[in-house]
This record gives sequence, C-alpha cells and structure tokens, in this order.
Amino acid sequence: MDLKLADYKSDLTPDWCPGCGDYGILSALQTALYRLGIEPSRAVLVSGIGCSAKTVHYASTYGIHTLHGRGLPVAQGVKLANPELTVVAMAGDGDGMGIGAGHFVGVGRRNIDMLYLIFNNEVYGMTKGQASPTLELGAQPKSLARPNIQSKVNPLMLAFAAGFTFIARGYAYDVKNLARLIQAGIEHRGLAMIDILQPCPTYNNLHTREWFAPRVYDVNAEGYDPVVPAEMDDEERAGRMGRFTVKATEWGERIPTGVFWQAQLPTFEERLGGFLPGYPGVAPATRPAGGEAGRVRALLRGHRVAE
Amino acid sequence: MEATPVKDFTWRVGGPQGGGIETAATLFAQALARGGWWVSARREYHSNIMGRHSYLDVRAARRPTRAFFERVDMLAALDAETLVRHVGEVRSGGVLIYDPDAARLPLSKLAMLDAAAYRRIARELGGGDPPVQQAVERFRQAGVRLLPLALEPLAREAGEAAGADAITARKTINTVAVAASLALLDYPLEYLQSALAAHFEGKPRVAELNVRVAAEVYSRVAPLEEGPRLEPIGEAGGRVYLNGSHASAMGKVAAGLGFMSYYPITPATDEPFYLEAHPESGVVVVQVEDELAAVNMAIGASMAGARAALTTSGPGFALMTEALGFAGLTETPLVISLYQRGGPSTGLPTRTEQGDLRFALGAGHGDYPRAVLASAGVAESFDDAALALNVSQRFQLPVIHLTDKYLASTTRTVEPFDVDSVEPEPGVVAEAPEGVFPRFSLAAEGGVSPRIPVGTPGAGYWITSDEHDEVGHITEDPELREAMMEKRAAKLRALADWLGPERMYRVYNPQAGTLVVGWGSTEGVALEAMEGLELGYVQVRFLLPFPDLSGLLAGKRLVVLEYNQSGQFARLLTQETARKPDHLIVKYNGRPMTIEEVRAAFAAVLAGEAPERMVLRSGV
Repeated sequence: MDLKLADYKSDLTPDWCPGCGDYGILSALQTALYRLGIEPSRAVLVSGIGCSAKTVHYASTYGIHTLHGRGLPVAQGVKLANPELTVVAMAGDGDGMGIGAGHFVGVGRRNIDMLYLIFNNEVYGMTKGQASPTLELGAQPKSLARPNIQSKVNPLMLAFAAGFTFIARGYAYDVKNLARLIQAGIEHRGLAMIDILQPCPTYNNLHTREWFAPRVYDVNAEGYDPVVPAEMDDEERAGRMGRFTVKATEWGERIPTGVFWQAQLPTFEERLGGFLPGYPGVAPATRPAGGEAGRVRALLRGHRVAE
Repeated sequence: MEATPVKDFTWRVGGPQGGGIETAATLFAQALARGGWWVSARREYHSNIMGRHSYLDVRAARRPTRAFFERVDMLAALDAETLVRHVGEVRSGGVLIYDPDAARLPLSKLAMLDAAAYRRIARELGGGDPPVQQAVERFRQAGVRLLPLALEPLAREAGEAAGADAITARKTINTVAVAASLALLDYPLEYLQSALAAHFEGKPRVAELNVRVAAEVYSRVAPLEEGPRLEPIGEAGGRVYLNGSHASAMGKVAAGLGFMSYYPITPATDEPFYLEAHPESGVVVVQVEDELAAVNMAIGASMAGARAALTTSGPGFALMTEALGFAGLTETPLVISLYQRGGPSTGLPTRTEQGDLRFALGAGHGDYPRAVLASAGVAESFDDAALALNVSQRFQLPVIHLTDKYLASTTRTVEPFDVDSVEPEPGVVAEAPEGVFPRFSLAAEGGVSPRIPVGTPGAGYWITSDEHDEVGHITEDPELREAMMEKRAAKLRALADWLGPERMYRVYNPQAGTLVVGWGSTEGVALEAMEGLELGYVQVRFLLPFPDLSGLLAGKRLVVLEYNQSGQFARLLTQETARKPDHLIVKYNGRPMTIEEVRAAFAAVLAGEAPERMVLRSGV
C-alpha cells in the first residue's frame, strides 16, 4: 500500500490557539513518520497532560493520552511489551521537566529504543500560564504576578546527565528541520530526546515567534558534529563533553538547534535479551499463545523437596 | 522409655537479623520435609539489615497445617536477647537450648534491645537491671526443660574437627543449632545432610564442611532421654516448599503473565525479585525509578497486549492510586498484588496487618469498577493470582489482589499446583479489525467492548485519561459521559455472575449457630482454632464485588475476625448485608494470630463471656 502524508492525519480538528507551536510539531512528526514509511498502525504516540498531550489525537496512529507526567513510563511499557512498534513519547515542559522529571532520569538510564519530544514553551498553558520548570529566573510572562523566583532546568543538560544517547533541539516554526530531527531521532538506535522550542502565543509574551526568529540557528550546519565514537580516550571525551556543554547552554543572542550528542550504547531491549530467552524477538505482546503450564512447571521444579 | 509419637512439633530459632537464622529454619524444615512431615515456617523480623532480633518458627505435622502456635516445643536461642524476649512462649515440658554464658549478662548489656522492650522485660523480670539468667529461671518455673548448650564453642570445635579454620568454623553455627536440635530429637542425620547438600548446591566445599559438622554435632549430642522423638513418617513425594510470594508469582505466570514492573518495597518485592531471577518464567521484569513509573509502565505494557501485573505495599499503593483510575477509565487489564503491612504511613514495614481493605476498595478519585479479592494462604495465592489476572483480562479492569506480610514470608510444603487447571483467559477480542476501531464500543455485553491491543496492524484508535467517545477521543458530551459511565459500571454485575458464588466465598460447617466471618489470611488460623468447637466459618474471597451472603447469615450469631484496629471488614459486612457482627475480634500489633489466642476468643464467644470487641495481643 502506498502511504500518503494524509494517512497520518486523524479526522479531528486541533483545538490549539491560533499560532500555537504545537501545529508545527504535529506536522513535523507526521512528515517524519511518512518519510520513514512507518505504517500508522505500527506507531504509537504517547503523551501526558496539557496542550501538547492532545497531539496524539490528531494523528492516525495509535495514540495514548496518559496522566500528567506519566507519558514516559506508559510509552516504555508499550515498547517493552512489543519492541516491534515505533514509540514516540511527548510531553510539555511542565509535564516532562516538572511532574514527570523523575521518569526523564529513569528512562535515560535504560536507553530504550524510542523518541521523546519535549514541547517547550516555558509556561503551563492549559492552566493559564503559570511558570514552567524551563522558564528563566527573573522572567515575567504576562500572567505571572511577579518575576519567576525559580531557576530553569536545561533539558539538554539533564538528558546528558541522565544518559540519553541522542540529544537534540528543534524549533516548532522550523518544520522542515524539525521533521528531519524527528526522523533522525526515530532512526537512532536507542533513546532520543528533542527539546522543541515553541512560542505560546497566548501566555508567553516574552519568547515569541519574533523573539526566536533571529536567534535560532542550525548548529550542525555550522560544522558541529554530534556523533560520539564508541571508544574515546579521556582527553577526547573531555573535549566532546566540553563542546556539548558550551552549545547546550548557549542562550541569548544565538540559540542553537540541531543534534548535540549522538552515542551508541546497547539498548535496554538488547540488555534484556542477554538473559531473557528470545527477547526482543519474542516479547510479551508478540509471543505465541500457550506454554504457560510449562513455565510454571519449570518454576516448581526449583521448589521440590525431594530431588 | 518409649515416648508417645509426636504428631505436631514447633521449633523456634531466634537470633540477630542477618546472622543466618533463616538458613537454620530452612534446614530444619527441609530435613523434616524430606522425612514426609508437612512443614511450615514463619518469619518475624525488624526493619533492619543486621543485628536486630529476628526469629522463625518451623512447625512440622503429620497432616497439612494452616497456622502457628503461640507456645513452641523447642526454642534454640542463638543469643541472649532471644532468651528475654520469648519468656512464656515455650510450652510446659518443652525444651530451651541456650548458651549459659549469654545468660550471665545483665539486661542492659543487650545492645539491640529497644527502650520499650527493655522497660517491659525488666519489669516482668522483677525490676532493676535483671540478669538474663532471670529469664532462664522463668522458663524453668514454667516447666520448660533447660538445655545449656553453648552453640558457638560447639561450632568452633565441630568445625575444627571437620578441618575448618576458626573463623569458617564459627560460620557453621546455624547448621550446628539445627544439628543439635535434631540430634536431641533423635531425628536421623541423613535427612539433615541431604538438606545441607541441597541448600549449598553449587558450593561443594561449603556443603561438605556443613555435612561433616552436622555429623560431628550428632556424635556429641545425645537424644533427650524423655523425648520427644521425631522420626521420618514417609516420603516427600512431589511436594514443594514455597511461600506466598512464590505462589502468587506462579499463579500469574500460569495465567500468562508477560510483564511486571516494580519499585522495591517490603514485603512486596520478593515476588518480582523471584521472577527476575527466573527468566524461564517468560516475564519481562523491570525495576523502575518509583511506584508511579511501575504502575504506569505495567499499564502501557497491558495496552500493548502483554498480561501485566505488579506488586506493592501500602505506601507504594498510595502512590499508584491516580494510575489505578487511569486503568479503570481506559478499561486496561491490570493486577496489583497488594502485600499489606502495618500502616498507616511507614507504619510497621516488616509486620503483618489487614489495614488496607477500605483503601483498596476506594482508592482513586471518581467512580470506576475494580475487583478486589484476598488470598487466604500460600497455596490459595496461586489460584487467586491466576484468577485475578484472568478477571482483569476478561473484564478489562484493574484487579487488586490483597495479600499480606504474613503470607509473603510464610513458607510451607504443599502439593504441586494443578497447573493444568489454569487457562489464560483470552478476553473478548475483535477479529480482523480494519481502520479506526471502536475500542470503547457501547455495544458491549456486560460492559466489555471487544478489544485489540495497541499496535494491531491495519487498525487504530486512541486511549485517553479524559472521558472519551467510542474510538477514544476526548469528550465532554453529557449523554456520552453517562453512557460510558454506565457501560463501565455494568462490569461489576457481569463479573459477579461470571464468578458465581462458589468462587466468591467458601463456607465451613454452615449449620452451626455461630458463624465466624473473615477474609484474607485469617482463614487458616480460624479453621485450626475452631476444631471441635460448635462454630462455622465463612471466608469471603471477593470483597468487590461482594457475594450475596444474606441467606447464609440469616439467624446466625456473627463473629468477625480480622487484622486491623477499626474492624474494616466488619463495617463492609454491615454495609453489604445490613448485619452488624455480634463480636469483633481484631489484632493490630503486627504479629500473626496464634491458634491459642483465637481459640480462646472463640471459646469466650461460645460461653457467652465475650465482649463485643476483643483485641488479640500475642507475639514478640
């Protein structure tokens, strides 16, 4: 069957505000899935709660719209039960970096083969514009009573510390490059994260489309090579980490986008396969029915009183 | 002199946590199990890695048993603290094995004795700072035969005689305690040696040393002249020796378990830890960052078509309640085995309780159907866990399987489970779906819409934690909302019909005028305690949906027996049957009910001398 881009769109009309960055992200995601030729029924999109979370309803893949902060664990459950599926988890910055931040660290340690998108607009849109964990110290978008008195967390740095093997940043209004990044993130063997900068036209009057436009640039186009060799000596490792840190924390006149870090590490599925017979080829959701009685008998043998 | 044959014998070993007394209990139990005895072992311990007082009871009987006695037949005290804590718990004519040197210490020298226990014991032993010898004296006064036997020097001597250096020799103290006990009981050495060989399988040198040490101890310790004597009574046959955690794990595997995620918590972690150690179970087990991840990951796996379950205890379950509602609203099969321990909050992490019944029934915000069932014993845990998984699949809802610390850490010999009696329930599955699939179809018999897992080729749908339409898109439509609520609620009625009364409760001696009603792990102790009394017993297996007991209970005097302070089940019974129990017997000191105390409470009820509420207090 020949797939068309339209095959990735559901019949539902998005109810996001006009000018919302979510439109660009949805479009880039559908484009990436289409370009990769992934059957819509073999892709599962998993979200948390908030404006970003509605994304899954607008794609014609399977979509799971979970609880606030819990998209990542649900997505991992889907992937580990059926490793044949393409799984993309997504969260807003409050969802992913606030209430769900513990899972961000947890998933980083596993390197499960899936992609995680952070819709980063620095505010809690659905609840009317409170400061999110990615809002800068001292910033005061229009719905805040006073300037933000908490410092921001940097998703790229946190992803690095947690062990993500593909770390990137995109910009919601640069759909072309974002689609390319999402495609690369899905193709990456292991855990990928893309921090997606997006204006919130309703609540974030500071970081608007006009504010971002002259600042964002493609770091890879300027010669930054994110690919990290499997083997490095200490000096090279330190150099790579330093370079990553400089770019990941660059923020102001210039804001880099692109892939910052891409490393190779055995996936969690491969690690499980090291001791689970047949995994990931044979997985809980894909194995043939039957064999349960034999499995219990095997367990019971270890408890027999008389050998 | 020929002693009367022993029918039922309980051996207790006490000592510091982490000192290997669990090994001692296993060896004692396995040696007797190999001689055809039905054995069971229960474990009491502090929330501590090393040093605090811990003990195990091993009961051996000529028939299967279901509970434990308060007074034991033989106590092997590996330290002084055991002596002072267990005064009064060896029956008259029983035997105390102890180190006379340890008995010379004053009570204040027992470093691990906490202040409350120190004050209580000092008072009981006559005040001041009494020497431990006072406790030994109390045993003697109670008719206990004292057997001063310094186990540590014996371990050193026997170990060195078997060719080990002094440090290695001392490590055999648990084998020495068991060997000395079994030698006193005149039980044949070869059964212990067989148990040692099996226990240290894979460590041939350790096994050989312990086998030789056991022989050395037997050559030095003569059988008690006046008995009791234990003899082999038959063959172990196909019996297995396992605890409630193992049984619960196996029941789930029998019903097709494929995925289990967990966050470590006492006493629930033994189950996933066991499955993790046994890849032949075919279960993907993932240790995760917190309980929120654990429950949501299992939900994700279930949505993708794996049979998913997890285990937790009160504090962890508290964190899972939001996701429980998520599973309820999204009609996702999920089993949570809730290993109850003393609450609230951190409570008594290593002690037993049934304090989470109301919580399990009502956990989470909003209305949604769930099933709640409780396991009575080790063997029942297999059937219950399997049924829980099948109910979750058949009715697409969360099932809470209540168990407790007592069952988790009680090990017994049982006949191997009838694995062929369990069939994984396929559930209601849609054939060859294409395109957008009405996963939450309102054309649902008994509230159950045909289901396909996420990722089924050629189809698609959505799942949301919001109220939704038939394909899973968000809705706030008032009519659709009502229809969906009614559809989900219909499952409980359908489930009760599907189960039938025989799977929801069981009755013993229903013609008696007084019926004891209990749930969970009270069944075993109630049945043993009521032997010979004019009492009946009702075990309520399903707490939700609740069985129709109105006919059964009509005209009967009712007694409720449970492990919590407020009588949570008694209130549920009143709510469901409009019957207020005449007597409520509760225990909430964290220790398992003993046969003696429950029997005394039952006898008081029958004699018309019992108050409305009785509190059981035995246990160390």
